Amino acid sequence: MTGPAVAPLSGPGLVGLVVNPVAGLGGAAGLKGSDGAGTQREALARGATPRAGERAARAVRTLLARRPGTRLLTVPGPMGEDSVRAAGAACDLVRLDPAADPTADPTAGPTAGPTADPTAGPMADPTADPTAGPVGGTTARDTRRAVAALAGVDLLLFAGGDGTARDVLDAVRDLGDRAPAVLGIPAGVKVYSGCFAVAPAAAGFLAADFLHGRGQAGGRRTVEAEVVDLDEEAYRRGLVSPRLYGSLRVPAAPVALSGRKAGSSGTAPGTVDGIAREVVARMRPGVRYVLGPGATTQAVGRALGLATTLLGVDVAELGDPHRLVAADVSEAELFDLVRGTEAVVVLSVIGGQGFVLGRGNQQVSPRVLDAVTGMLVLATPHKLAALGGRPLLADTGDEELDSKLGGHVQVITGHRESTIYRVRAASEEYDG
Amino acid sequence: MNTAESFAELPVTPKPPLRRFHQARWDEPIIFELSRPGRRGLAVPEPGAARVELPESVRRAEPPRLPELSQQLVLRHYLRLSQENLGADLNVDVGQGTCTMKYSPKVNDRFAAAVAEVHPLQHEDTVQGVLEIYWRLERMLAEISGLSRVSLQPGSGSAAIYANIAMIRAYHAATGGGARDQVITTMFSHPSNAACAKTAGYEVITLMPDADGLPDIEALRAAVGPRTAALMITNPEDTGIFNPRIQEFVDLVHEAGGLACYDQANANGILGITRARDAGFDLCHFNLHKTFSTPHACGGPAAGACGVSAELAPFLPGPVVTRDGDAYRLETPPRSIGKIRPFLGVTPNIVRAYAWIMALGGDGLRQVAETAALNNNYLMHKVLQIRGASAPWGRRRIEQVRYSWQELSEETGVHSEEIGVRAADFGVHYWTSHHPYVVPEPFTLEPTESYTKEDLDEYAAILAHVAEEARRDPELVKGAPYNQTIHKIDPTPLDDPKAWAPTWRAYVRKHRP
Repeated sequence: MTGPAVAPLSGPGLVGLVVNPVAGLGGAAGLKGSDGAGTQREALARGATPRAGERAARAVRTLLARRPGTRLLTVPGPMGEDSVRAAGAACDLVRLDPAADPTADPTAGPTAGPTADPTAGPMADPTADPTAGPVGGTTARDTRRAVAALAGVDLLLFAGGDGTARDVLDAVRDLGDRAPAVLGIPAGVKVYSGCFAVAPAAAGFLAADFLHGRGQAGGRRTVEAEVVDLDEEAYRRGLVSPRLYGSLRVPAAPVALSGRKAGSSGTAPGTVDGIAREVVARMRPGVRYVLGPGATTQAVGRALGLATTLLGVDVAELGDPHRLVAADVSEAELFDLVRGTEAVVVLSVIGGQGFVLGRGNQQVSPRVLDAVTGMLVLATPHKLAALGGRPLLADTGDEELDSKLGGHVQVITGHRESTIYRVRAASEEYDG
Repeated sequence: MNTAESFAELPVTPKPPLRRFHQARWDEPIIFELSRPGRRGLAVPEPGAARVELPESVRRAEPPRLPELSQQLVLRHYLRLSQENLGADLNVDVGQGTCTMKYSPKVNDRFAAAVAEVHPLQHEDTVQGVLEIYWRLERMLAEISGLSRVSLQPGSGSAAIYANIAMIRAYHAATGGGARDQVITTMFSHPSNAACAKTAGYEVITLMPDADGLPDIEALRAAVGPRTAALMITNPEDTGIFNPRIQEFVDLVHEAGGLACYDQANANGILGITRARDAGFDLCHFNLHKTFSTPHACGGPAAGACGVSAELAPFLPGPVVTRDGDAYRLETPPRSIGKIRPFLGVTPNIVRAYAWIMALGGDGLRQVAETAALNNNYLMHKVLQIRGASAPWGRRRIEQVRYSWQELSEETGVHSEEIGVRAADFGVHYWTSHHPYVVPEPFTLEPTESYTKEDLDEYAAILAHVAEEARRDPELVKGAPYNQTIHKIDPTPLDDPKAWAPTWRAYVRKHRP
C-alpha cells in the first residue's frame, strides 16, 4: 500500500464495557449454555477456559485501532478492566456499590422458568451450594449493577451471550431515557439475539463507525434489536425454544458500501412498515385480530394507531377509531375473546430458528387456533433469508395440530408482497 | 529496429505478482461547472456543404442551457473522467456478476456510427437498410428464443420486463383473465421482475430457495391458482444454478391459466443450448447489452428485446418492422400495448448486436456459452481454494456464481463490501448481491467468454491476497481504498429523493436553490 492511510476518526466518544467473564464456558464443554453456577463449575471441571474476556479485548483492540481517541469506562477486574488491559489500553473505572441492585425484583419475568428469574441468572443458581459462591466472583446482578453504573456513555459494549443480553436489557430498561445505545460482543454459547455483532472484531468496527456517525445520515443512528433467549434446560434436551424478552437500541449497521443495485432505505418495501400496511389493507371490519408478540406485529398496532405491546398478545378491531380490544392477554382471556366470533391471528417469526407458534406466543394455544378462522404470518425478507432454506416451525404443544399446520403458508413480506413458505411441526424437524 | 536491442531483453525489473495499481485522481468538476459564457468548439463543415438555414418556426427563442467549453477543454474533461473509473475496457471486469460484462468489439462501434445521422422521423422508404437490420435481428432473436415475434423497442432490460408484464396484463384483459392479480417470481430472479410487476399493479409472490438452492416447487404449487397472472423467472438464477425442473414450473403455471415469462437478460450460459420456447415459455426478454455485447451505457440507453409466442404477438409494443416482399414497413400490432420508448428503439445498439451475432454465427453463439461456462468453472475452482470463500449449496454452476465470505467475515469482522472495495486498490472490483442477502456476505462473479486464463488467475490472486490481508490486518482492509480516485462515499443520499440528483438541473434545483 502506497497511498495515504485513512485519517483516523476523531471526535468525542465514551464507550462503556461490561464483560460476563463466564459467558461461553458451557459451549466448549458441550453443555449448550452457561446459565447457572452448577453448569459453570461443571464446564470448568471439563476443562473449559473462559473466553469472553479475550473476545472483549479483541473488540476493544479493533475499536481503538479505528478510533484511537475513544475513552473507555468500565468496572474493575474480569468484568471489563482486564479486557481493556489485555488490549493494551487505558480506561477509567467505576467501582460498584456492593449493596445496590437496581433491578433485583424477583417477580420480574412474565413466565419465570428455571432461568427467567433475574436473581437466578447466569451466576446465582439457587440450587447450587450457597457457600460455594459464584464462579469467577461475578453474578447476573453484577452485570446489571455495572450497566447501571455506566449509564451516560455514548455506547455500551457488553460481552456475553443471550443470557447476558437479558441482564443488560433489564438494567437498561431501568435507566429509561438515560439508557445508552448498546452493542453485544458475541461471547456466549447462545447468541440468537439481534443485538450482537457477527464477531468481536465486527463489534469493534461497528462501535467505531457508530461513534463517528459514519454512513449514517444525521449522525449516530440506532435501530431496535430483539433480545431472545433459549430455555437452556430444554435446549440440553434437544429443544430449541427461543423466547422474546424485549428489544435494545443498537447502532444501525452502516449502509452497504457497494451493491447499490438495490435500495436499503427505511422506506423500502419489505420493511416492517410495508408489512404493517399490507396487514391493515387486508383487515376487515367486524373481525377480531389477534396480534402476537414481536416488532413486526407491533408495527401493525402502530399503523392502526393502537398502543399494542411488544411482548404480549393483543386483540384489535377495525372501527372509527380502531379499537384495542385487549392488551397482553392470557390464553384463557384470548380464548374467550375469539370463541364464537370471526377472528384472525397475526403472527411473526420469533428468533433465528423460524418459530411462528409455541415460542413467546403460547397464549395462541391449540384451542385458540381451533377457534380462529384465519392466520396471517409476517416476516421481513431478511429474516426469511437468514433461515437459509430451513422451514418455519410450529410447536403448539399438540403434535397432531402441528402436523396439520405443516405445509406451505403465505408469509407477508411487504406491501403487496409475499412469499409461500414451508412450515413444519417442530417435533418432525428436530427428529430429522 | 535491431532485434538484439529489443525491450524484452533489456535488464528491466520484473513486475510484482500483483499490480502496483493507482487510479488517477483529478478532482474533476462536473462539466456544467466548467462552463464559461461564450466558449466554443468548432466543427468545420465539409468543403462545399450547403449552408442550412433553419426556418423560424423551428428555431429556439432561447439557446439551450448547455455547458460552454472549447474543444480542448471537452477532450481533457472526458479523458480525465475516463481515467477515474474502472470501466469494462480497463479492468478484468468479471466482478459485476449477473451483468455479463463482456468485451464489445470496437469494429461494431463503426457500424453503429454509420446510422448515427439517421433521423427517427425519416420516412420508412428512406431507411430501408436500418429496417432490414431490425427485421433480421428480430428473426435471429426469435430463432435463439424459439418464440414467434420480437420487439426491439425497449431501451433497457427493465423496460423490456415492463413491456412483458404490460403484454401479460393486456392479454388477460382481452381473454377474460382480468381478475388475475398476482405475479409469481423467485428470490434469485432479477428483482426488476418483482418491481415491474408491482409497478404494473400486481401483487407479487416471491418464492424462496429450498435447501438445495432452487426455488421451492412445492411453494409454487401452493402459490398458483385463479389469481395467477404469470410466473416471471430467471434461469439459471443469480446463483448460477440452472433449475432442471423449469418445465414443471411452466406447466404448473399454465395449468392454473397463467403465462410464463422467462427473464433471459443474461442468456450467456445457454445460448444455442436451450431455448425459452422449448421449456414452454410464452414470453422472454434479452438484454442486448449483456448477452449480445452492446455497451451497458451506465444506466442507459441500452437495449432490451421482448420475445413472445404467436398468441401474444398482437400485444407487442409498436411499431414493429414487417417484411413485404423486398420492402420493410413499420406496423403497429392490432392490440399493441403502445410505445415503451419513442420511435423504433436504440438503433445504434441494434446495429451492434446484429453485427455481433453475424460475426459469430449459430455455432459461434454456442461456443460463447460453452466458453463462458468453462471460464466460470475455472474461476470457481480458483476462488474455492481461497480460505474463507465458499459457494453455498455446492451445486454445479453455469455462467456465474454467488459466493460467500461468511467464514472469513466471522473470523475477521471484515465484510464482503469491504473486500470488494479493497480489491479496487488492485484495479478490479466486484458487486455483492441484490438485497436481501440470502447468501451471507455475498459476492457474485461472472467471467463471460471474454477473459483469458491469465486474467482469471490475476483476479483470483487479488481476492486471495485481500482475504489474507483481512486476516492479518482487518483494519487495513476496512480503511480501503487507498489507491483510488475517491475514498468511500456516504451512500444514504442515494435512497433519499430529496437529495439524489440524476441531472445537473435536478442538482441545481435541490442543492443550489
